[in-house]
Amino acid sequence: MDRSTLFEKLRQKFGPRIIESDENGLVPSVRIEPATWPELAQSLRDDFRLDYLSCLTGIDRGKGQGLDAIYHVERMDAARLSISVRIRVPYENPVIPTVEHIWRTADWHEREAYDLLGFRFEGHHNLVRILCAEDWEGHPLRKDYKSPDTYHGVRNNVV
Amino acid sequence: MSSEAARTLTPVPAGLSRGRMLDQDGDLRTEEMLLNMGPQHPATHGVLRVVVRTDGEMVIDCEPHVGYLHRCFEKHCESVSILQSVLYTDRLDYLTAMGNNWGFSMAIEKLFPDLVIPERAQYIRIICQELNRIASHLLAIGTYGMDIGAITPFLYCFREREKILSIFEAICGQRLNYNYIRPGGVAYDVDDRMVQTIKDFCAYFRPKALEYDDLLSKNDIFIRRTAKVGVLRPETAIQYGCTGPVLRGSGLARDLRRDMPYGIYDRFDFDVVVGQGEAGALGDCYDRYIVRIREMEQSLRIVEQAAAKIPGGEYRSPKIKGKIRPPKGEAYTRIENSRGELGFYVVSDGKDIAYRVKCRAPSFHNISVIPEISRGSMVADLIAIIGSMDIVLGEVDR
Amino acid sequence: MTEPKALSTPLDQAASLRDNILITQVDKLIGWTRKNSVWPMTFGLACCAIEMMATGASSYDIDRFGSGPFRATPRQSDLMIVAGTVTNKMAPRVKRLYDQMPEPKYVLAMGACTVSGGPYIKYGYHVLKGVDRIVPVDVYVPGCPPRPEALLEGLFRIQEKVAKERILDRNRVGARPSLLVE
Repeated sequence: MDRSTLFEKLRQKFGPRIIESDENGLVPSVRIEPATWPELAQSLRDDFRLDYLSCLTGIDRGKGQGLDAIYHVERMDAARLSISVRIRVPYENPVIPTVEHIWRTADWHEREAYDLLGFRFEGHHNLVRILCAEDWEGHPLRKDYKSPDTYHGVRNNVV
Repeated sequence: MSSEAARTLTPVPAGLSRGRMLDQDGDLRTEEMLLNMGPQHPATHGVLRVVVRTDGEMVIDCEPHVGYLHRCFEKHCESVSILQSVLYTDRLDYLTAMGNNWGFSMAIEKLFPDLVIPERAQYIRIICQELNRIASHLLAIGTYGMDIGAITPFLYCFREREKILSIFEAICGQRLNYNYIRPGGVAYDVDDRMVQTIKDFCAYFRPKALEYDDLLSKNDIFIRRTAKVGVLRPETAIQYGCTGPVLRGSGLARDLRRDMPYGIYDRFDFDVVVGQGEAGALGDCYDRYIVRIREMEQSLRIVEQAAAKIPGGEYRSPKIKGKIRPPKGEAYTRIENSRGELGFYVVSDGKDIAYRVKCRAPSFHNISVIPEISRGSMVADLIAIIGSMDIVLGEVDR
Repeated sequence: MTEPKALSTPLDQAASLRDNILITQVDKLIGWTRKNSVWPMTFGLACCAIEMMATGASSYDIDRFGSGPFRATPRQSDLMIVAGTVTNKMAPRVKRLYDQMPEPKYVLAMGACTVSGGPYIKYGYHVLKGVDRIVPVDVYVPGCPPRPEALLEGLFRIQEKVAKERILDRNRVGARPSLLVE
């Protein structure tokens, strides 16, 4: 199966629930609503055998725009068929259903996205900070983040 | 608790009341203990902390805690210019800094519509990357031997590694964090004398691989410590996103240099090494180790071929000068680094500072499989398992 | 074979003593013995740890200067080489390791990150800007990472410091300011 067949079949199966698809860009991707994601993920893994979640990128698009989550999913064979799935969520309530039961590696990906960008993955079994200290405040990769002046009494900012 | 029950992580049955000496299988009842390994521990390769639940000498469950080296890489990339960001990529996987430079540069280059990297730069990149892979695997093998009690191979590995580092030092002036491969080419040219030194190194290094076989690969104690320990099945490896020697040790020949050739890897003749279960079980610690040993030889083959026909000409593209301002867009590229697939997702809004850079680090995923394969093994085997993963905390925590 | 000459005259006896007796201060003698067995702690944090390993390995061989035995526990070590970036999450652990070391103890800050935060000084929200904010540092070795020779030079400076120490002002506990993380 090549990429155009994959896109064609996805469009057939999900119809208007695929908001936007970009087949020939630098990052071939489809855009969906968060509610569609568990079903699409299940279908990608079971019907198209894309068994490898390569990366989960979170992007802060700014206050008015919201947060983007981009999943890069791939099939682990010599042809490496791949697709990216974009999901946009509002800034104040960034909730996406978890896919850790579909790809186990999503567990740590999602914890990282929660830690650095403040996504909330509904149904994740252990959504706690992974990189920053447990009592860290704020989500550092948000564009409006200000790093704390002191941390436990030690001065943190120099300039 | 019997060993079978521990493997499936069943909770202690309710019938086990306080004061009874035996459990329902008739075994002597033991108490579980929570052990904290790290963040300062000589065998965790840096600042990894593993919380281990043990029953006597057996690991019932463990959980890696990372983040003790979180150096805010992604924040730096959106705060400093692209050319300055290359410096921070060095410090991700500090044992293969050339690969990090290359991965990041490739993502930036992909944003430029018709940028052609000069031939000479392509060859220099491949030589540097493969030499760096050898240096990185040497360190992995040396420290792995040290983790499980063999001190001597460490000294031999560092002897060879120093030779590679002195080549890099002559090329770019640094021993560890090179900042050499940059968007558009490489930072400095390589002269003919240097190419000759690289050829000499290849001739010197080729017989050395046999020495490691004598020291470690055929050492009976080493084989007993690593064979059938930490068996990673290929489907588990994919589920957890493992790549690189960890995945190939499980018998899957997945290598980005072969599957989706980047740079000019399609012009070279090399084999993708996979584990064959020669010590007893496919995907055990020994397989992951032996894949690294044999990969060094393949890397050496690539270096030899590249050094033999390196062309003249430009060493960096004249199109990219001064401030690097990629056009608006997004790109995701991956390369095969010495620990697996290193990916960069770059979002550019047309300025010389990237809007967002995300790094997909191979060690971050290789480390997450440790609980899965260490359940039911001995505490001493946990050291062998962590060592065989060859993690670099710099890129786990970023 | 010639017989050893009998020490007949007082003059001969004095000449012989000159070769066999050494007069020195106790301070100097103890300093000299201590300075050549500074045992560092195996304490690698980041990239600098690789250079620290290289210093201990074949080409540079820190063993020549008596600092070969890298101890795995703080309780047996004299010198803490802080090799690599200290983050806010790691800082309490570094402080605790320092506290666990027996007196007299020394700290060598290796690399730009431990000296001042290095390349992470401006935007590194999670990086401690210099390890001297939590533990007292004796010698700073700049570089990113410093070469093994630079680390050896840092070790020599520690040795100088050790050799000059007097027993009477050995009680360094009170002499050092107590810096707390919490």
